[in-house]
Amino acid sequence: MALLSRRPVAPLEYTRKAWMRLWIAGVMVFLYAPLLVLMVFSFNDSKRNVVWRGFTLKYYEKALNNDGLIEALVNSLTIAALATVFSVVLGAMAGLMLWRFRFPFKGAVEGALSLPIIVPEICMGVAMLIFFAKVQWPVGLPWPLNLSAITIAHITFCFPFVALVVRSRMASFNREQEEAAKDLGASEWATFRDILLPHMKPGLIAGALLAFTLSLDDFVITFFTSGPDTVTFPVKVYSMVRFSVTPEVNAASTILILLTIALTAVALKLQGVKAIADAH
Amino acid sequence: MSLQNWQEHKRPFAAIAGAPILWLALFFIVPMAIVWAYSFGENSGAADIVISGTLHNYKRAIEALYLSIFFKSLAVAALVTLICLIVGFPVAMAITFASDKWRPWLLLGVMLPFWTNLLIRTYALMTVLGGNGYANKALGALWGSASWLRTLVGLQPLEVWTPVQLLYNNFAVVLGLVYVHLPFMVLPLYSALDRLDRSLIEASLDLGAGHLRTLSRIVMPLAAPGIFAGIMITLIPALGAYLTPDLMGGTDSQMIANVIERQFKRANDWPFGAALSFMLIYAMFALVALQSLRGRRKPAQVH
Repeated sequence: MALLSRRPVAPLEYTRKAWMRLWIAGVMVFLYAPLLVLMVFSFNDSKRNVVWRGFTLKYYEKALNNDGLIEALVNSLTIAALATVFSVVLGAMAGLMLWRFRFPFKGAVEGALSLPIIVPEICMGVAMLIFFAKVQWPVGLPWPLNLSAITIAHITFCFPFVALVVRSRMASFNREQEEAAKDLGASEWATFRDILLPHMKPGLIAGALLAFTLSLDDFVITFFTSGPDTVTFPVKVYSMVRFSVTPEVNAASTILILLTIALTAVALKLQGVKAIADAH
Repeated sequence: MSLQNWQEHKRPFAAIAGAPILWLALFFIVPMAIVWAYSFGENSGAADIVISGTLHNYKRAIEALYLSIFFKSLAVAALVTLICLIVGFPVAMAITFASDKWRPWLLLGVMLPFWTNLLIRTYALMTVLGGNGYANKALGALWGSASWLRTLVGLQPLEVWTPVQLLYNNFAVVLGLVYVHLPFMVLPLYSALDRLDRSLIEASLDLGAGHLRTLSRIVMPLAAPGIFAGIMITLIPALGAYLTPDLMGGTDSQMIANVIERQFKRANDWPFGAALSFMLIYAMFALVALQSLRGRRKPAQVH
């Protein structure tokens, strides 16, 4: 549309300048072309990702019949769901605590809470490996208890992110509403439920989405905490990529990419593009 | 807004503070403390580690071999950050100054890869870069047309194109890390640029400064906090990157995280791995301290 308009380009309309458009197009191609190639070739009737030999769904069939892969996907989704629930609760508590109270060693607590965000994944993975070995965390429990170590590790690195989001959301809260509720006789709990929680809700949703994606995405920390009977989707794909590249990986990856897009669409529906953008 | 003193509201404070602090202490501080203690330990027997207070692991960690890998990781991370900054800055500018209709979609375009699984993105890039992948095909086509152009002006055609090795080397590691971290850089840059007062840019342009001069004298200084945030958010994960060098690198492209992993999974030298981990953590602390030092100096400069 803008291409066709004759209106002269204003100084700050950088997006209407040709070189800028080329640059953006280049970056988008760089970001998306590999993913698109992967998705298209998951339907290719050939073992290699090079020449198009006709449409097939056989690799999807293979991927869906690959029990190990499906088990890994179920594990990943279970861990992500559990980690999200716990992270949202713990993160909301931590966010509220930092937003609301003055207490001794607050700076230290704040710093400690941001550590799981700053510390490199590899170091945290190592720490989790040593910790669960040292406390002799039970292994070989029935599903889903065997996922407990991984889930605990995921909660630990997810909930500080939720705390950040919730705290920044609460910054826009008008304290007078709370005081009014209390003046009108509401108890501490009723004030929380009817006044604070509704204001916090967008932050909780954004935090939940963040926690879910972070958990589903994590490879390094999981790699150190998972055992032979607790393989997650990224760990499984890693071993497939590492040892035997099969087109099944393309199919499985496409399924997960579509799942990501679906989740994003749900997020958009719930919050709108702008709110999501602001949350980051 | 005034903060409440915890002593006057002991019950609500205890209700919300207890669980997160306990969780963090038990499942983060304690594990980290154990790693720290192990870094002063040594192997005794097959599975036992004695914490003897030895500095041997740290002495080994600063041997030339490991120190060079450490500095190489730092150099790779710095290069990746620089490329992300150069590539990402115009993108962030474009998003900031896009029309209201386009801005959310451009943002979404940057954020969708950020939400896509890291391993899948790395794997996708690997298939494109492979020996018969599309990157090589595109380069081959470019080569072919260059050759054709040469014959057009009467020169000898170029030799036949041979696919280049784009994977399993240092180039692949840098490209892979840029691919993975670019969205991390663009988002903080955008949020800083979005907060700029546009009238300042307009004033600079009105008063005769060119776009580049406005960029370097007005936009960049004002967006400096965002630029620094972007640098940190890219540099720190790039320095600790494990997956990209592991999958896309060659034998000589190991980064510090790969060396750490090897101590735990293959070499089975946990104390040494713990010492290397803490070297990496100290490096992160230094970077974060550098940033907060900058942040503290800032308000003093304003007046």
